[in-house]
Amino acid sequence: MVQDKSWGSRLFDGVNIFLLAIVGIVTVLPFIHVLAGSFTTVGELARKQLVLFPTEFTLDAYRYIFTTNTVMKSMGVSIFVTVAGTVFSMLLTVLMAYGLSKRDLRGRSAIMFLIVFTMLFNGGLIPSFLVVKSLGLIDSYGALIIPSAMSAFNLIIMRNFFQNLPEGLEESAKIDGAGSWGILFRIVIPLSMPATATISLFYAVSYWNTYFQAVMYINDAGKWPVQVILRQIVILASALTADTSGWGEDVLPPAQSVKMAVIVVATLPILIVYPFLQKHFAKGALLGSIKG
Amino acid sequence: MNHTSAQVKALPRLSRKEGLAKSLMKNGALYFMILPGLLYFLIFKYLPMFGLVIAFQDYKPYQGIFGSDWVGFAHFERLFSEPMFLNILTNTLVLFVLNLVIFFPVPIVLALMLNEVRQQVFKRIIQTMVYIPHFMSWVIIVSISFVMLSMDRGLINELLVAAGFEKVNFLMNPDWFRPMYILQIIWREAGWGTIIYLAAMASIDPQLYEASRIDGAGRFRQIWHITLPSIRSVIIVLLLLKIGDVLEVGFEHIFLLLNAMNREVGEVFDTYVYLAGLQQGQFSYSAAVGFFKSFVGLALVIGANWLSKKFGEEGIY
Repeated sequence: MVQDKSWGSRLFDGVNIFLLAIVGIVTVLPFIHVLAGSFTTVGELARKQLVLFPTEFTLDAYRYIFTTNTVMKSMGVSIFVTVAGTVFSMLLTVLMAYGLSKRDLRGRSAIMFLIVFTMLFNGGLIPSFLVVKSLGLIDSYGALIIPSAMSAFNLIIMRNFFQNLPEGLEESAKIDGAGSWGILFRIVIPLSMPATATISLFYAVSYWNTYFQAVMYINDAGKWPVQVILRQIVILASALTADTSGWGEDVLPPAQSVKMAVIVVATLPILIVYPFLQKHFAKGALLGSIKG
Repeated sequence: MNHTSAQVKALPRLSRKEGLAKSLMKNGALYFMILPGLLYFLIFKYLPMFGLVIAFQDYKPYQGIFGSDWVGFAHFERLFSEPMFLNILTNTLVLFVLNLVIFFPVPIVLALMLNEVRQQVFKRIIQTMVYIPHFMSWVIIVSISFVMLSMDRGLINELLVAAGFEKVNFLMNPDWFRPMYILQIIWREAGWGTIIYLAAMASIDPQLYEASRIDGAGRFRQIWHITLPSIRSVIIVLLLLKIGDVLEVGFEHIFLLLNAMNREVGEVFDTYVYLAGLQQGQFSYSAAVGFFKSFVGLALVIGANWLSKKFGEEGIY
């Protein structure tokens, strides 16, 4: 390929790279500011506006978080919901996707229609709330997992992946006397590790990020996940609305560095899995656009 | 083992006539695998759809769906006559137009810029940076914004003061609700939105660019005459998809931004359902509001899909 080395083209490249660098930096700058701010003394935060690197390093904000029960407890809730939820979701999704990947299964297209239709129309907030309530899930961790256990989108991605596996492999296993369960667990799942890992991460991220389910279904503040606590500490306290239920009246709004530290703690797990996510997500995002 | 394989091969394929019963027998394990997931969809997706009948009732929790009185379209009539209705509709449409006019082009421009980068390492670094916010919950996105916009030592207000301006109460001032909303969407989703365009651009034949260069086309002309036309169908499909989603302006996001001061510009259908239903306990009325929203949404998606096929583009589903 002949490279265009004209003056205009080089200028274009230069400006383009400069602008993209600014876009990239502006995107991550708020995260860096919050991370640095969480390690900074209140005094330094007050003196300097844009803190990107703490010069007066301190762990006070974190010490405060770790000694107050609320944040730590909510982290525990979030970790439990994420782990248990991901396992539960994957179990349901893999089993159903595998069953639906069999082209000659009777009733398959009817079930697929039922699933796709849920992406277009839903009963909405109130009827869903009434179903969850009548199942007795209010104020239980199950309310954070079971009502959102499956995503039609993830299910279809998984089914498409299974459908594209070479059929010959399953045939030979069948000849060796393996049943559907044996084939699924000994052949199909080991062959589908990339897809399984991707979908697991998608589920894990969505469980970790759940907050509205908890606002709706969990009244007991001791069972709130970290996202809800974050909302209490940062959003409701910052806006200083009348809706500060959960804050005792004698408690002052937390200091800026404490807010930042809570944000960091709630963000960290996502940043840890981000490299793994990044390896697969583009593929996942594109798979979703393929018609099933 | 040989005779087993012969038996397996000898089994005739089920014809339609042989019925569900036989298929169930033969594929029992497969149906058993589908069952839990199917139950999930029936209980948590279809049961609520059935539950929408309360929109036509005067639902009382202690009387239940089967014991409550029927009121026909009374709740819908009330919705359309509420002064709030026009306000909510306006808010929803304004936020939708912001999404369409301000947000929608951003990923396209960003993808075009990324596509022009020749240094692959630099391109990958920028992509890594701009994809990050997509994985953060709305709580985190809004929290970080609030910490930076706060009147109490927020970065932006401190910078404003340092530059000699007055502090601005971004979080409470209704005028700042919409800019804040759209900027947060751009921050979180612009990078992620480039993926589908970049994939479409990757399949453009490089010879097209080479030929245009020989004809003396500059970089902007190449983008205008080669890259953009090549991703035209992707843009149209995504645009129609967006139009089908007019009423989905981001409930989880808006719910976090709302406070007593900015409700007049921020209240949309979903937040109104939450307010009327879960906070004020008007189950039937708010179910009717939700039903109206879902129904219009469904009609819009089907309409958008029909349009997309009419334009000769691939349908959405």
